[in-house]
Amino acid sequence: MGDAAARNFQYLAYGLIAVWAILAVYVLTLASRERKIGREIESLKRMIEDREGK
Amino acid sequence: MREKILYTLGAAAVLLLARNIWVMLTGLPDEAFQGAIFRIIFFHVPAAFTCFLCFFVALIASIGYLKTGRMDWDALAVSTTEAGLAFGAANLISGMIWARIIWGIWWTWDWRLTSMLVCWLLYAGYLVLRRAVEEPAQRARLAAVLSILSFTVVPFVFFSIKWFRTQHPQPVLYGEGKMDAGYRAMLYGNWVPLLMIAVILVMVRMEQEKRLRELDALRREAHAF
Repeated sequence: MGDAAARNFQYLAYGLIAVWAILAVYVLTLASRERKIGREIESLKRMIEDREGK
Repeated sequence: MREKILYTLGAAAVLLLARNIWVMLTGLPDEAFQGAIFRIIFFHVPAAFTCFLCFFVALIASIGYLKTGRMDWDALAVSTTEAGLAFGAANLISGMIWARIIWGIWWTWDWRLTSMLVCWLLYAGYLVLRRAVEEPAQRARLAAVLSILSFTVVPFVFFSIKWFRTQHPQPVLYGEGKMDAGYRAMLYGNWVPLLMIAVILVMVRMEQEKRLRELDALRREAHAF
Protein backbone atom coordinates (compact mmCIF):
# COMPACT_ATOMS: atom_id res chain seq x y z
CA MET A 1 0.00 0.00 0.00
CA GLY A 2 1.38 3.43 -0.99
CA ASP A 3 1.79 6.38 1.38
CA ALA A 4 -1.24 8.19 -0.03
CA ALA A 5 -3.46 5.12 0.29
CA ALA A 6 -2.26 4.51 3.85
CA ARG A 7 -2.99 8.15 4.74
CA ASN A 8 -6.41 7.77 3.14
CA PHE A 9 -7.22 4.77 5.35
CA GLN A 10 -5.81 6.56 8.40
CA TYR A 11 -8.13 9.54 7.89
CA LEU A 12 -11.07 7.24 7.13
CA ALA A 13 -10.43 5.64 10.53
CA TYR A 14 -10.26 9.11 12.14
CA GLY A 15 -13.59 9.99 10.53
CA LEU A 16 -15.34 6.86 11.75
CA ILE A 17 -13.83 7.23 15.23
CA ALA A 18 -14.93 10.89 15.36
CA VAL A 19 -18.55 10.00 14.45
CA TRP A 20 -18.75 7.34 17.14
CA ALA A 21 -16.89 9.45 19.69
CA ILE A 22 -19.43 12.28 19.27
CA LEU A 23 -22.35 9.89 19.74
CA ALA A 24 -20.58 8.24 22.68
CA VAL A 25 -20.03 11.62 24.36
CA TYR A 26 -23.74 12.39 23.95
CA VAL A 27 -24.71 9.00 25.42
CA LEU A 28 -22.35 9.62 28.38
CA THR A 29 -23.90 13.07 28.86
CA LEU A 30 -27.35 11.47 28.93
CA ALA A 31 -26.20 8.86 31.46
CA SER A 32 -24.56 11.43 33.72
CA ARG A 33 -27.64 13.69 33.57
CA GLU A 34 -29.83 10.68 34.42
CA ARG A 35 -27.74 9.94 37.52
CA LYS A 36 -27.86 13.60 38.58
CA ILE A 37 -31.66 13.76 38.18
CA GLY A 38 -32.05 10.51 40.13
CA ARG A 39 -29.90 11.82 42.99
CA GLU A 40 -31.76 15.15 43.12
CA ILE A 41 -35.18 13.46 43.09
CA GLU A 42 -34.15 11.13 45.92
CA SER A 43 -32.73 13.94 48.04
CA LEU A 44 -35.81 16.16 47.51
CA LYS A 45 -38.15 13.27 48.36
CA ARG A 46 -36.19 12.63 51.56
CA MET A 47 -36.26 16.32 52.43
CA ILE A 48 -40.04 16.54 51.91
CA GLU A 49 -40.61 13.35 53.94
CA ASP A 50 -38.45 14.71 56.77
CA ARG A 51 -40.36 17.98 56.83
CA GLU A 52 -43.72 16.19 56.77
CA GLY A 53 -42.53 14.01 59.66
CA LYS A 54 -41.73 17.05 61.84
CA MET B 1 -42.25 -2.63 26.81
CA ARG B 2 -40.30 0.59 26.28
CA GLU B 3 -37.07 -1.09 27.38
CA LYS B 4 -37.72 -4.03 25.06
CA ILE B 5 -38.08 -1.64 22.12
CA LEU B 6 -34.88 0.17 23.10
CA TYR B 7 -32.83 -3.02 23.41
CA THR B 8 -34.25 -4.52 20.20
CA LEU B 9 -33.54 -1.34 18.26
CA GLY B 10 -30.05 -1.10 19.77
CA ALA B 11 -29.19 -4.71 18.90
CA ALA B 12 -30.56 -4.33 15.37
CA ALA B 13 -28.59 -1.08 14.87
CA VAL B 14 -25.32 -2.68 16.07
CA LEU B 15 -25.81 -5.74 13.81
CA LEU B 16 -26.65 -3.60 10.80
CA LEU B 17 -23.71 -1.27 11.41
CA ALA B 18 -21.30 -4.19 11.79
CA ARG B 19 -22.59 -5.69 8.55
CA ASN B 20 -22.42 -2.35 6.73
CA ILE B 21 -18.87 -1.57 7.88
CA TRP B 22 -17.78 -5.04 6.81
CA VAL B 23 -19.34 -4.65 3.33
CA MET B 24 -18.01 -1.07 3.09
CA LEU B 25 -14.44 -2.18 3.72
CA THR B 26 -14.39 -5.51 1.91
CA GLY B 27 -17.19 -5.48 -0.68
CA LEU B 28 -17.17 -1.97 -2.13
CA PRO B 29 -14.35 -0.83 -4.41
CA ASP B 30 -12.35 2.36 -3.70
CA GLU B 31 -13.71 5.43 -5.46
CA ALA B 32 -11.56 6.11 -8.56
CA PHE B 33 -10.34 9.62 -7.60
CA GLN B 34 -10.64 9.74 -3.83
CA GLY B 35 -9.64 6.22 -2.82
CA ALA B 36 -10.61 4.73 0.55
CA ILE B 37 -11.50 8.04 2.22
CA PHE B 38 -14.61 8.25 0.02
CA ARG B 39 -16.26 5.67 2.33
CA ILE B 40 -16.68 8.41 4.91
CA ILE B 41 -19.67 9.52 2.80
CA PHE B 42 -21.63 6.56 4.18
CA PHE B 43 -21.62 8.27 7.58
CA HIS B 44 -21.26 11.93 6.57
CA VAL B 45 -24.44 12.13 4.46
CA PRO B 46 -26.71 9.86 6.59
CA ALA B 47 -25.63 11.88 9.66
CA ALA B 48 -26.80 15.06 7.88
CA PHE B 49 -30.10 13.42 6.85
CA THR B 50 -30.68 12.22 10.42
CA CYS B 51 -29.86 15.68 11.75
CA PHE B 52 -32.33 17.38 9.38
CA LEU B 53 -35.03 14.82 10.12
CA CYS B 54 -34.58 15.41 13.86
CA PHE B 55 -34.88 19.17 13.32
CA PHE B 56 -38.01 18.61 11.23
CA VAL B 57 -39.59 16.56 14.02
CA ALA B 58 -38.57 19.32 16.45
CA LEU B 59 -40.41 21.80 14.21
CA ILE B 60 -43.59 19.67 14.25
CA ALA B 61 -43.29 19.21 18.02
CA SER B 62 -42.77 22.94 18.56
CA ILE B 63 -45.87 23.77 16.52
CA GLY B 64 -47.68 21.05 18.47
CA TYR B 65 -46.65 22.67 21.75
CA LEU B 66 -47.72 26.17 20.71
CA LYS B 67 -51.10 24.79 19.58
CA THR B 68 -51.86 22.56 22.56
CA GLY B 69 -49.58 23.68 25.40
CA ARG B 70 -48.88 20.01 26.17
CA MET B 71 -45.43 19.45 27.68
CA ASP B 72 -45.03 16.13 25.84
CA TRP B 73 -44.57 18.13 22.64
CA ASP B 74 -41.92 20.22 24.32
CA ALA B 75 -40.15 17.06 25.50
CA LEU B 76 -40.16 15.71 21.95
CA ALA B 77 -38.83 19.02 20.60
CA VAL B 78 -35.88 19.21 22.99
CA SER B 79 -35.09 15.50 22.61
CA THR B 80 -35.01 15.60 18.81
CA THR B 81 -33.03 18.86 18.86
CA GLU B 82 -30.34 17.34 21.07
CA ALA B 83 -30.13 14.18 18.94
CA GLY B 84 -30.07 16.34 15.80
CA LEU B 85 -27.19 18.37 17.18
CA ALA B 86 -25.20 15.20 17.90
CA PHE B 87 -25.69 13.97 14.33
CA GLY B 88 -25.03 17.47 12.98
CA ALA B 89 -21.72 17.54 14.84
CA ALA B 90 -20.90 14.10 13.40
CA ASN B 91 -21.64 15.46 9.92
CA LEU B 92 -19.47 18.56 10.39
CA ILE B 93 -16.50 16.76 11.94
CA SER B 94 -16.52 13.86 9.46
CA GLY B 95 -16.72 16.44 6.66
CA MET B 96 -13.70 18.28 8.03
CA ILE B 97 -11.65 15.09 8.18
CA TRP B 98 -12.69 14.24 4.64
CA ALA B 99 -11.81 17.78 3.47
CA ARG B 100 -8.35 17.55 5.04
CA ILE B 101 -7.48 14.68 2.68
CA ILE B 102 -9.31 15.76 -0.48
CA TRP B 103 -8.95 19.57 -0.34
CA GLY B 104 -5.87 19.75 1.87
CA ILE B 105 -7.70 22.01 4.35
CA TRP B 106 -9.87 21.36 7.41
CA TRP B 107 -12.40 24.07 6.67
CA THR B 108 -13.44 26.65 4.10
CA TRP B 109 -16.07 29.35 4.50
CA ASP B 110 -18.14 28.33 1.48
CA TRP B 111 -21.97 28.42 1.43
CA ARG B 112 -22.49 24.76 2.17
CA LEU B 113 -20.17 24.35 5.11
CA THR B 114 -20.98 27.74 6.58
CA SER B 115 -24.75 27.32 6.32
CA MET B 116 -24.52 23.94 8.10
CA LEU B 117 -22.41 25.48 10.85
CA VAL B 118 -24.84 28.40 11.24
CA CYS B 119 -27.76 25.95 11.40
CA TRP B 120 -25.94 23.91 14.07
CA LEU B 121 -25.18 27.04 16.10
CA LEU B 122 -28.81 28.19 15.91
CA TYR B 123 -30.01 24.89 17.37
CA ALA B 124 -27.22 24.99 19.97
CA GLY B 125 -28.65 28.42 20.86
CA TYR B 126 -32.00 26.71 21.40
CA LEU B 127 -30.44 24.60 24.16
CA VAL B 128 -28.73 27.66 25.66
CA LEU B 129 -32.07 29.47 25.71
CA ARG B 130 -33.69 26.56 27.54
CA ARG B 131 -31.05 26.72 30.24
CA ALA B 132 -31.55 30.46 30.66
CA VAL B 133 -35.33 30.35 31.32
CA GLU B 134 -36.47 28.73 34.56
CA GLU B 135 -40.25 28.80 34.35
CA PRO B 136 -41.22 25.60 32.41
CA ALA B 137 -44.16 26.98 30.37
CA GLN B 138 -42.30 30.14 29.40
CA ARG B 139 -39.21 28.10 28.56
CA ALA B 140 -41.22 25.74 26.36
CA ARG B 141 -42.99 28.63 24.58
CA LEU B 142 -39.82 30.61 23.84
CA ALA B 143 -37.94 27.47 22.81
CA ALA B 144 -40.76 26.46 20.46
CA VAL B 145 -40.65 29.86 18.75
CA LEU B 146 -36.86 29.67 18.38
CA SER B 147 -37.09 26.11 17.03
CA ILE B 148 -39.61 27.19 14.37
CA LEU B 149 -37.44 30.17 13.40
CA SER B 150 -34.28 28.03 13.32
CA PHE B 151 -35.90 25.55 10.95
CA THR B 152 -36.14 28.21 8.25
CA VAL B 153 -32.38 27.68 7.74
CA VAL B 154 -32.66 23.90 7.22
CA PRO B 155 -34.06 23.92 3.64
CA PHE B 156 -31.35 26.44 2.76
CA VAL B 157 -28.63 24.10 4.09
CA PHE B 158 -30.23 21.10 2.39
CA PHE B 159 -30.47 22.74 -1.02
CA SER B 160 -27.24 24.75 -0.75
CA ILE B 161 -25.33 21.75 -2.13
CA LYS B 162 -27.47 22.09 -5.26
CA TRP B 163 -27.76 25.88 -5.50
CA PHE B 164 -24.13 26.87 -5.04
CA ARG B 165 -21.20 25.59 -7.05
CA THR B 166 -18.39 25.78 -4.54
CA GLN B 167 -15.69 23.52 -3.23
CA HIS B 168 -18.21 21.12 -1.71
CA PRO B 169 -19.35 18.46 -4.24
CA GLN B 170 -22.75 18.65 -5.93
CA PRO B 171 -25.56 16.26 -4.81
CA VAL B 172 -24.51 12.61 -5.07
CA LEU B 173 -27.93 11.00 -4.88
CA TYR B 174 -29.52 12.66 -7.89
CA GLY B 175 -28.60 14.82 -10.89
CA GLU B 176 -25.34 14.85 -12.82
CA GLY B 177 -23.09 13.80 -9.95
CA LYS B 178 -25.21 10.77 -9.01
CA MET B 179 -23.17 7.99 -7.43
CA ASP B 180 -23.04 4.40 -8.59
CA ALA B 181 -26.06 2.28 -7.50
CA GLY B 182 -23.91 0.17 -5.16
CA TYR B 183 -22.66 3.24 -3.31
CA ARG B 184 -26.17 4.69 -3.12
CA ALA B 185 -27.54 1.42 -1.69
CA MET B 186 -24.84 1.47 0.99
CA LEU B 187 -25.56 5.13 1.81
CA TYR B 188 -29.28 4.50 2.32
CA GLY B 189 -28.50 1.18 4.02
CA ASN B 190 -26.28 2.93 6.54
CA TRP B 191 -28.90 5.59 7.18
CA VAL B 192 -31.21 2.94 8.67
CA PRO B 193 -29.01 2.08 11.72
CA LEU B 194 -28.26 5.78 12.28
CA LEU B 195 -32.01 6.44 12.33
CA MET B 196 -32.45 3.59 14.82
CA ILE B 197 -29.80 5.14 17.05
CA ALA B 198 -31.54 8.53 16.76
CA VAL B 199 -34.85 6.95 17.81
CA ILE B 200 -33.15 5.34 20.84
CA LEU B 201 -31.53 8.64 21.87
CA VAL B 202 -34.82 10.52 21.50
CA MET B 203 -36.75 7.91 23.51
CA VAL B 204 -34.17 7.98 26.33
CA ARG B 205 -34.07 11.78 26.33
CA MET B 206 -37.88 12.05 26.38
CA GLU B 207 -38.03 9.81 29.43
CA GLN B 208 -35.42 12.04 31.05
CA GLU B 209 -37.54 15.08 30.32
CA LYS B 210 -40.44 13.40 32.14
CA ARG B 211 -38.20 12.89 35.17
CA LEU B 212 -37.04 16.52 34.94
CA ARG B 213 -40.68 17.60 35.16
CA GLU B 214 -41.07 15.38 38.24
CA LEU B 215 -37.97 17.06 39.67
CA ASP B 216 -39.43 20.53 38.96
CA ALA B 217 -42.65 19.56 40.77
CA LEU B 218 -40.68 18.26 43.77
CA ARG B 219 -38.63 21.47 43.88
CA ARG B 220 -41.83 23.54 43.96
CA GLU B 221 -43.23 21.31 46.69
CA ALA B 222 -40.03 21.65 48.73
CA HIS B 223 -40.09 25.44 48.37
CA ALA B 224 -43.74 25.56 49.41
CA PHE B 225 -42.89 24.31 52.92
